[in-house]
Amino acid sequence: MSLFIIVALPFLGAVLPGIMNAAGRSAVGGVTFTVTLAAFIGLLTNLPAVLAGEVVTARVDWMPTLGLNFTLMLDALGFFFAFLILGIGLLIITYGRYYLSRNDNMGQFFTYLLLFQGAMVGIVLSDNILLLLVFWELTSLSSFLLIGYWKHLPEGRQGARMALTVTGMGGLAMIGGMLILGQIAGSYDLSVILQNREAIQADPLYTPALILILLGCFTKSAQFPFHFWLPHAMAAPTPVSAYLHSATMVKAGIFLMARLWPVLSGTPEWFVIVTTAGLITMVLGAVIALFKHDLKALLAFSTVSHLGLITMLLGTGTAFGVMAAVFHILNHATFKAALFMSAGIVDHEAKTRDIRLLGGLRTLMPITFIIASIAALSMAGIPFLNGFLSKEMMLEETTKTVLFNTWWLVPALATFGSLMSAAYCFRFIGHTFLGPVRDDYPAKPHDPGFGMWGPPAVLVVLVVVIGCAPFLAEPFVKLITGAVLGVAAEVPDKHIKIWHGWIPALYMSIVAVVGGLAVMLIYKPLQKLWDVTPRPEAKVIFEAIIEAAAKTAEAFTFWLHNGAFSRYAMIALVTIVGAGYHAWTTGTVGVATRALQETGPVAIAGWAMLVAATCALVLLHRNRFLSLILIGIVGLMVSVGFVYLSAPDLAMTQFTVEVVTIILLLLALNFLPNRTPVESSPLRRIRDSGVAIAAGLAAFVMAYHYMLRDAVTTPISEFHLANSYKGGGGTNVVNVILVDFRGFDTYGEIIVLGIAALLIYALTETLLNGPVRARLLNRVPDQPRAGDMHPMMMVVLTRVMMPVVLLVGFYIFLRGHNEPGGGFISGLVVSIAVVMQYMASGFNWASDRLRYPYHGVIGAGVLVAGLTGVGSWFVAKPFLTSDFTYVRIPPFNEFELATAALFDLGVFLAVVGAVMLSLESFSRLARRQDTQESKFAMDINPSRDDPPVGDPGAELK
Amino acid sequence: MEFLVASAIGLLTAAGVYLVLRLRTFPVILGISLLTYAVNVFLFTSGRLRVGAPPVLRDTVQVYTDPLPQALVLTAIVISFGMTAVVVMIGLGAFLGSNDDHVDDQDEENATEGQS
Repeated sequence: MSLFIIVALPFLGAVLPGIMNAAGRSAVGGVTFTVTLAAFIGLLTNLPAVLAGEVVTARVDWMPTLGLNFTLMLDALGFFFAFLILGIGLLIITYGRYYLSRNDNMGQFFTYLLLFQGAMVGIVLSDNILLLLVFWELTSLSSFLLIGYWKHLPEGRQGARMALTVTGMGGLAMIGGMLILGQIAGSYDLSVILQNREAIQADPLYTPALILILLGCFTKSAQFPFHFWLPHAMAAPTPVSAYLHSATMVKAGIFLMARLWPVLSGTPEWFVIVTTAGLITMVLGAVIALFKHDLKALLAFSTVSHLGLITMLLGTGTAFGVMAAVFHILNHATFKAALFMSAGIVDHEAKTRDIRLLGGLRTLMPITFIIASIAALSMAGIPFLNGFLSKEMMLEETTKTVLFNTWWLVPALATFGSLMSAAYCFRFIGHTFLGPVRDDYPAKPHDPGFGMWGPPAVLVVLVVVIGCAPFLAEPFVKLITGAVLGVAAEVPDKHIKIWHGWIPALYMSIVAVVGGLAVMLIYKPLQKLWDVTPRPEAKVIFEAIIEAAAKTAEAFTFWLHNGAFSRYAMIALVTIVGAGYHAWTTGTVGVATRALQETGPVAIAGWAMLVAATCALVLLHRNRFLSLILIGIVGLMVSVGFVYLSAPDLAMTQFTVEVVTIILLLLALNFLPNRTPVESSPLRRIRDSGVAIAAGLAAFVMAYHYMLRDAVTTPISEFHLANSYKGGGGTNVVNVILVDFRGFDTYGEIIVLGIAALLIYALTETLLNGPVRARLLNRVPDQPRAGDMHPMMMVVLTRVMMPVVLLVGFYIFLRGHNEPGGGFISGLVVSIAVVMQYMASGFNWASDRLRYPYHGVIGAGVLVAGLTGVGSWFVAKPFLTSDFTYVRIPPFNEFELATAALFDLGVFLAVVGAVMLSLESFSRLARRQDTQESKFAMDINPSRDDPPVGDPGAELK
Repeated sequence: MEFLVASAIGLLTAAGVYLVLRLRTFPVILGISLLTYAVNVFLFTSGRLRVGAPPVLRDTVQVYTDPLPQALVLTAIVISFGMTAVVVMIGLGAFLGSNDDHVDDQDEENATEGQS
């Protein structure tokens, strides 16, 4: 079966259990089992190839430019781990089906489990380290969901968070390490990286990469000092603990160390870091495990200890060490999964996992007793069980390992660790199953159904078979070892045997077992001593660190983001000016290539007006009406400047926009206070002036030098000028650029404009439907109202002007392609004509006569422009390709028909709609309760007999 | 000529920055408008200055100013209207909701002061 399918199956299958809850628990469990089984069989179909020493690969280029490809690879190592993940997965699924109670959402559980399984399979089959990272993060995420599966338990949530934090941080470090590694090797494909041992180890970035990658591995595999998350993750349901902490999650770090062993190992850095961390973890985990009362906690720390053991073996950097590590991974997976499941059975049946409340279960749960005892004895290192074999290989390896120039250090600590390990195994058996039967169990314990004891039994059979007949496992272990070693070293030709003769390892084994028994004899005083010894509690420290980090982040965030806009503006401005200053002082300025142009008196006059208006605006800005007039002058002078500097289109646009902006601001000022009070201190104003002057000076210097130099490369404008008429059919190059060359930009821009108008409309609606509504309706204006709000003169004048302005707009629109003008400008002009009607006759009168809502006009505009663009698809051209032709209808001269004009129509409509919708929204706020709306065009009309209705000035007089 | 335009840009920037740093919404909006002018003119000058050579093709004329910055600035001017309108609406909504037109968050006492 293709590797893609093996990896994809759990992910695809993950959908099923979640939606099958209604079908019953067996169906959910069954479908999960089937999916896993399919993947498992798919994996087995590749077994012949793997046994033949081939590497099965599958490859799809995903993002080749980033070096990220979906490349999968299956060699003996990957096969081994995938086999464990899927094989033990099958057992766990069976067990989990019977373990979970009716109150648990089983579909959700198995969905998470399959996601996790898929991610794990992905890790072990990835050939691309970036892809591996993706799966790596997925395991962190899905294990978070699994550990926190019992959402109602606070310890479950805390444990899940802790696991995610620790493994997530490690993952982050690992991303950095992997990127460095990929950079050194020049490829992110593992198969390439593994060939580059010398280059990678010689690189100066080797050490940082190693440390970062090891951080990822150590956090995932719970190595000291990151071991603390694993026991807290035990709050998860037991199937999760058994799965995550025996065969999968925590083995991911080990897997990666093994996978990268050929390139990373063998250096002093690797040796010291990995061996030391592994050794400390092994001893520490074993000691803590001995004194844990919770069965699962005891097993959790024993897992920590055994992971340390494997890590240490990988750290030694010898081929024999690797072989021992591989063998122990296999053995640990078998006996530890069986032990977890046994602990789960005890918990399930006796309703407690507190070892102090247990004991004497031997006769009550004989099957569980046998299974758990065999598994525990294997872990303790008793002969004829598989744990003994790998443990002895480990001890043998330690006798050859010299750390810190002390020959006895590693063997002594390893023996001590094994001794403690044997002790907690004996305690597990002794305090749970042996001893007198009690009568105060929380529930009456008995053996569970086959569904729960079957899976651990299968594993225990393996424990015994491998333990008695190691030659059965040996070929596989050697094959896997060969896959780990790659070309870096030869597979050792030693055989895995029960009897090696009287070698030091055997004595160490005997010391460990006998010592373990001795410890059990003096357990009570030891426990008392342990209880009174002060020791750091990892969870407390972890939470203190998290809290401190959160506090720091909070303080920093609130300091930066304190709700003061002026502070943000100041930070941004100072940063921009500072960056500009840095560029100015460190960069170089080219020679001026353009001469200054002459300045006439007209230009100077315009400049003087602009300067005067701007300065006056700053000085008089507290008077808001006055400042509107002044900013109008500024805008006007800018428009005039555009005319003078050969930009008629810009001038027309700026001018018309200026008109609608001022109307808009006037409408807003209707509600706002019309003076700005003096609030800031003189010091603050001086500071702000300083920043302002610096920014202004910077802008001046940059603009000035910019204008005195030519473009570095030939601007694209040459092309536009040359092709405007030939290709676009228009002589106004600016307009042709807008509707043709860069039509797509314009299309986006009218959409943005439309969205802005709709946003204003939506905000108005919110205000009018919220608590503000009452205030608006009962508002007493702070200015006297006009006595004649809709004067006859103005009404008549705007009516007369309306067709004229519309005609002007139409004319500007039509000529736009060849002369200054176009959709934008005519849209603004027409808007002004319509706004004048509102101003003259009032909101109600005008909106009563409104035929099309402005939203629709915006939509129509965008639609027309879009459809024009789509039209070019029908002639097999890209979006917005324009075309034009010249036609002649007899009474007229020849004229041009261009699709660009249709596009410009869309622009026109969108602009009219957007401007009108914005202004209309503002006016809607102005309606008040005390003003009766007139339905007439003007308040006083000599041709009408009835008295004016709702004279708004009346009550103010 | 270049000096005039550059100094105008500088002045508009300085005035805009000063007003943006004020404490009430209205001057801040005016400041943003001034900055908009400055930015638009600056973008426009990236085509360099040329008097009396509009980019409208004529048979007899050979020299034209750069049309591209003009096209880009044209849409920028229209978009800046949309932006100003949205900002004004937000400022107005905030004022109507809290009867306070400070741009910075106010303490409770200061907020009531602002109402007077």
